[in-house]
Amino acid sequence: MMAAAPLLEIEDLGLSYATEQGTLRAVDGVDLRLHRNEALAVLGESGCGKSSLAKTLLRTLPRNAYPPTGQLRLDGRDVLGLPEERFRREVRWVRIALVMQAAMNALNPVVRVGEQVAEPLRIHHRASRRQARQRAAEAFEEVGIPTDFLRRYPHELSGGMRQRAVLAMALVTEPDLVLLDEPTSALDVLTQASIMNVLKRIKHERGVSFVFITHDVATASELADRVALMYAGQVVEAASARAFFSEPAHPYSRLLMASVPRLYQEQPPSSIPGRPPSLLDPPAGCRFAERCPWAFERCSEPPPMIPCGERRQARCWLHHSPGGAR
Amino acid sequence: MTTPQPSASASRAARGEPVLCVEGLQTHFDLRQWGFVRVGSVRAVDGVDFTLDAGETVAVVGESGCGKSSLARTLLALHRPTDGAIRFDGTPLNGLSGSALKAYRGRVGYVQQDPYGALPPFMDIQRILAEPLIIHGVRGRAERARRIDAALEEVGLTPAADTRGKFPHQLSGGQQQRVVIARALLLRPAMIIADEPVSMLDASVRVEILELLRRVQREHHLALLYITHDLSTVRHYVDRAMVMYGGRIVEQAPVAELLARPGHPYTEALLSALGDPDADNAHRQREVPGGEPPSLIQPPSGCRFHPRCRHAMPGKCELEPPPPDFRPRPDHRIACWLHE
Ligand SMILES: Nc1ncnc2c1ncn2[C@@H]1O[C@H](COP(=O)(O)OP(=O)(O)OP(=O)(O)O)[C@@H](O)[C@H]1O
Ligand SMILES: Nc1ncnc2c1ncn2[C@@H]1O[C@H](COP(=O)(O)OP(=O)(O)OP(=O)(O)O)[C@@H](O)[C@H]1O
Ligand code: SF4
Ligand SMILES: [Mg+2]
Ligand SMILES: [Mg+2]
Repeated sequence: MMAAAPLLEIEDLGLSYATEQGTLRAVDGVDLRLHRNEALAVLGESGCGKSSLAKTLLRTLPRNAYPPTGQLRLDGRDVLGLPEERFRREVRWVRIALVMQAAMNALNPVVRVGEQVAEPLRIHHRASRRQARQRAAEAFEEVGIPTDFLRRYPHELSGGMRQRAVLAMALVTEPDLVLLDEPTSALDVLTQASIMNVLKRIKHERGVSFVFITHDVATASELADRVALMYAGQVVEAASARAFFSEPAHPYSRLLMASVPRLYQEQPPSSIPGRPPSLLDPPAGCRFAERCPWAFERCSEPPPMIPCGERRQARCWLHHSPGGAR
Repeated sequence: MTTPQPSASASRAARGEPVLCVEGLQTHFDLRQWGFVRVGSVRAVDGVDFTLDAGETVAVVGESGCGKSSLARTLLALHRPTDGAIRFDGTPLNGLSGSALKAYRGRVGYVQQDPYGALPPFMDIQRILAEPLIIHGVRGRAERARRIDAALEEVGLTPAADTRGKFPHQLSGGQQQRVVIARALLLRPAMIIADEPVSMLDASVRVEILELLRRVQREHHLALLYITHDLSTVRHYVDRAMVMYGGRIVEQAPVAELLARPGHPYTEALLSALGDPDADNAHRQREVPGGEPPSLIQPPSGCRFHPRCRHAMPGKCELEPPPPDFRPRPDHRIACWLHE
């Protein structure tokens, strides 16, 4: 598995927005690697750059975004430099599909959901109307919507059903990689759990890879093989889910894990004092230093991603040399 | 149940006088077509009984649309109940009007769902907080300013001078929620109703706000009704939890008891849908009941959970609604025939 070229390689990816207050660096030096049939959870609090990362990958950036910098490779081939026309023909929806944040509220209210789900096929695969309808029906079954719902309009569907429809739309072109931006955040727990069940099943049966964006640690653990935790535009820890959830390495990861309310734990959760820094003018050193109980002199320099285990890195000086920390 | 709360609630409870007493409460909304023809009703709250002691904290847990906000707003006298009774400190609410109603509203602090809609965007924080004081007759600019500053500092917005002159959009979501809580405390209420106070916030901010609510609740010995759809946030913040389904309370118990020994199949389902973070979660399917939440316009017959319940007993559950209070233990009430 390690031998083949990773499905997705992200290197030193950067993305900035032009704003009235100046340049806002939403994604700053992100490195990520995703293999086939892996699910990567991109975890982080509001405003840390998760959606910007997803939009950069799929080139659905708003107008005030500067061109992204860095490297982006799919199966070892560069995609960042691909001309828009080819990107549209070969990558977007064909290889990578995106379920945008709050997509279920963005369905076209006057078009039947079946047609909307079939649309990517008609556009990107030039499928005939009949083929497309057939595939849409299959996708509906796959995500657990009765096929007679194909003929309904979005407002006739519950929130959970609309989210499933949006998921069906992302799967209908059989992409290798599906980006999911907060796919369950607006739903209640039972609906959330059943949608996560669908994703688990699809991953298992179809071998699809997922980049799964969420701010919720427990939700991340429902699908992730790997976790990348973001803080203020940067990835601060990348690790296997097992390592991350049992023994977080970065101080922010540890505090975040301790802030999760748990059903079956005597100890109450504890909050993380302070706020993330502004992305207009981030601190020169470690971005978490101001809130970090373990911070020391070295932290006024920006830490690189430092290896601290197998396929595991943390952006923290504590991991610089063994024992040399406190 | 062990509440580390002293005399007041104990003696009140001993006298059999909870601060809030709700009996057979129903709030139905007319369902109209073309704006006027009544074609039915939404039974948002449909037979709710519970009590709340002074200084007691209770969570109302249930999925979207089960009637939690309608219950809250009825308790706040913002909706008129269709039937049933609410007594606050021994006084029936339905008799209240005019100044008595105003006085009641002053004694109940409200943290409404949707923090963004809660604060008027065109007023600065000083103005927003002065409003309830003016309405409730707190005269004297200096006295109002003093109370506003005290409230801001109490919710951790220190120094108050940094926040007073700002507009809501200049504050983070967590700071806005602190202002909403400050406003709820301003009139020194006896009870606070907090409707989903943290569901829009980030995980770490969530805990801050829950800690804040617990702290002010303890310091002022307030009764607190905490409404949430997320069972995982109740454990450390309330004494007791009530689970709501289809407009009714289906189970209530001390929170530790509820989590350890859920008695209603719906509570069980909620618990098995949730989990603490664990890498193994990714490799197992969760047990989720099929079907959709019940219609409140034409609710299922009998037990409202029966179409989704894996323990449903044909010939019984779909015919007769279970009474709300089978009691496996004195302080644990379950509305389910399995516990008959
Ligand atoms: N079009 C834009 N113009 C300017 N700034 C933007 C734009 N979109 C996002 N930002 C800023 O970029 C930063 C990252 O935003 P992004 O939406 O990527 O975060 P996120 O992690 O997805 O947050 P959330 O959890 O709230 O969805 C934030 O500071 C945000 O305010
Ligand atoms: N003023 C109203 N007029 C008519 N119907 C209403 C009104 N308020 C609420 N409802 C309906 O009553 C039902 C219960 O709504 P309510 O807001 O109480 O649920 P909730 O449990 O608070 O849900 P959520 O978790 O989404 O906030 C819903 O079907 C809703 O559409
Ligand atoms: S009363 Fe019957 S249908 Fe309702 S929850 Fe209990 S077993 Fe299930
Ligand atoms: Mg986002
Ligand atoms: Mg509500």
